[in-house]
Amino acid sequence: MAISVDPPEVTREHITKMGWTYTFLSDPKAEAIRRYDLLHAGGGQGGDISRPAEILIDPTGTVRWVDLTENYWVRLRPETVLRAYDQLADGGR
Amino acid sequence: MTRRRNFLPLGGFLICGIAFLSYPLFFARFPVTRDVPWVSWLLFGLGLALVGRGLVRSFRQPEHYRGRVLGPILGVLSLAFLGLFLAMTLVYARQLPASAGAPQIGAKAPDFTLPDAQGRPVRLANLLASRAGGAPESGSPGSWVLLIFYRGYW
Repeated sequence: MAISVDPPEVTREHITKMGWTYTFLSDPKAEAIRRYDLLHAGGGQGGDISRPAEILIDPTGTVRWVDLTENYWVRLRPETVLRAYDQLADGGR
Repeated sequence: MTRRRNFLPLGGFLICGIAFLSYPLFFARFPVTRDVPWVSWLLFGLGLALVGRGLVRSFRQPEHYRGRVLGPILGVLSLAFLGLFLAMTLVYARQLPASAGAPQIGAKAPDFTLPDAQGRPVRLANLLASRAGGAPESGSPGSWVLLIFYRGYW
């Protein structure tokens, strides 16, 4: 589930173009972004945005895995988080 | 004796320009050339080597080659492309907040409700409690959720 400050219309247009089917949420006032202390003040074109971050949460609502990149060109790869999920979900069985 | 034109500095300069532009426009799409921009570095290496060879030719054999004015200018511009590239990938991209208060492993994930792309409200707690995305074989009652915060401004 992806979250950014973009409004729903912008997100809808982009994910339709890209063909992405997972959930995208809009947080234009950065409420959740602030609650997770991920605000990058002034990081966007004249506004506050979210820093890149990935957080894996188990069904009890507990954070089990976190990735905070130090360089926004260096991003999480899908296989990395899938491996983390496999290990965590197996261990919890 | 006519002096030959010296195309090496111009060629090197163009390759440096391509090295700079091709990263955000093309190579950043692929993790293997984005996380470590080795293709861009190779292009810069090639471009600067050509500029260097051209300058050596212009100054060591001025009777044979032209380019003692334009060559250094193109050399400086090529280095400027390299400087911009390093600033973009190594300096500017690292100016991210520390986020010391971000949830740690073992902490409860703060709940929130936000609209999805269709404007329908989505609550984290409801997703975690739902069976929709849960691994059926694990027999756990709820779902795992991966939150991906991204910069936006598409």
